[in-house]
Amino acid sequence: MGLMQRLSLIFKSKASRALDSAEDPRETLDYSYERQLDMLQQMRRGVADVATSRKRLELQAQGLQRSAAKLEQQAKQALDQNREDLAREALSRRAGVMTQLAELQVQHDQLKGEENRLVDASRRLEAKVQAFRTRKETIKASYSAAEAETKVGEALSGISEEMGDVGLAMERAEDKVASMQARSGALDELMASGALEDLSASSDPLQAELDRTSGTSQVDAELARLRGELDSGDPPAALEAPEEKR
Amino acid sequence: MIIRIMEEGQFEVEEDALPRLNELDTKLTQGVESGDEVAFAAGLEMLLTEVRTGTRLPDDYLGASDLVLPPVDSTLEEVRALLGDEGLVPG
Repeated sequence: MGLMQRLSLIFKSKASRALDSAEDPRETLDYSYERQLDMLQQMRRGVADVATSRKRLELQAQGLQRSAAKLEQQAKQALDQNREDLAREALSRRAGVMTQLAELQVQHDQLKGEENRLVDASRRLEAKVQAFRTRKETIKASYSAAEAETKVGEALSGISEEMGDVGLAMERAEDKVASMQARSGALDELMASGALEDLSASSDPLQAELDRTSGTSQVDAELARLRGELDSGDPPAALEAPEEKR
Repeated sequence: MIIRIMEEGQFEVEEDALPRLNELDTKLTQGVESGDEVAFAAGLEMLLTEVRTGTRLPDDYLGASDLVLPPVDSTLEEVRALLGDEGLVPG
C-alpha cells in the first residue's frame, strides 16, 4: 500500500476508534469539541513560546553585535597606538563573535519559520473548529443516534486530520525550540566566560594594557602640547575662544 | 477526490490524475522503505506539486480526505513516526 493511503487510514482508524468508544455517537461530538478547544489553547501557548525563544535570540544577537562593534573600535585604538598584537587579539575575538552571530541568524530564521507555521496551522484549525461547532449542533438537533453515526464519523475524520496537522506542527516547533534553548544557554555561558566579550571588561588584562598604553600616550601628547605652548609663548588655547566671539 | 497535504491544506483533485499520483506514490514509498533521503525528498516534492494543481478547499471545509500526504519538508524519520501512528496524530 502506498504512503498516501497508509496515512489516510491512520486518520480514519483514529476517528472510528473515537466513535466506537461512546454509546451515543453524538457524545463523541461534544468530547471532540472539548479537545479541539484544548488544542487551540495549546496552540496559542505554543506560538507564544516560540515567539519568546525568538526574542531571546534577538537579544543575544544584539549583544553580540555590540561586542563586535566594540572590538572593532578597540582594534582601531590599538593600531593607533602601534599595538598590532592587541589589534590582532581584538580582531580574532571579533571573528569569533561574528561566527556566533551567523549561526544565531540561521537559528533565528528557522524559529521564525516555525512560528509562521504554527500561526498558519492555528488559523486553519480555528476555521475548522468553528465549522465543526455548527455541524455538531445541526447533527445533534436533526438526527437520531443511529442516523447521526455516519454524519458524526465524517465530521470527526475531517477534524482529526486538522488536529493531526496541528500536533505535527507543535511537535516540530518544540524540537526546534529545545535545540535552540540548548544553544542559547551555551552561548550565555560562553559570553559569561568572557570568551566572546569585548576587551573593555575591567578584569581583562588586554584592556588594562590598552588603557595603560593609551594613558601613557595621552600624557605624552599633553606634555608635547604644553611644551609647544611654552616655546611659542602663546596663551593656552582654551582662553582664545571668548576673544573670537567679540 | 480530496487529498490533504499535511500542514498545508486540502485539495480537490480530478479522478483521472490518480494513476499518475499512484505512480509517484509508489516511488515515494520505495524511497521510504529503502531509506533513501534524497529520493524521498525529490519524490515527495513531485507528488505534492501534482496535488497542488488541484483546487484548494477552504479552511473551514470539514470533510475528510481520501488520501493524505506528509508536509513538504518532512524528513524520512518524521514520516516513519507518522506511519508508526502514535503521538503525532491525535484522535
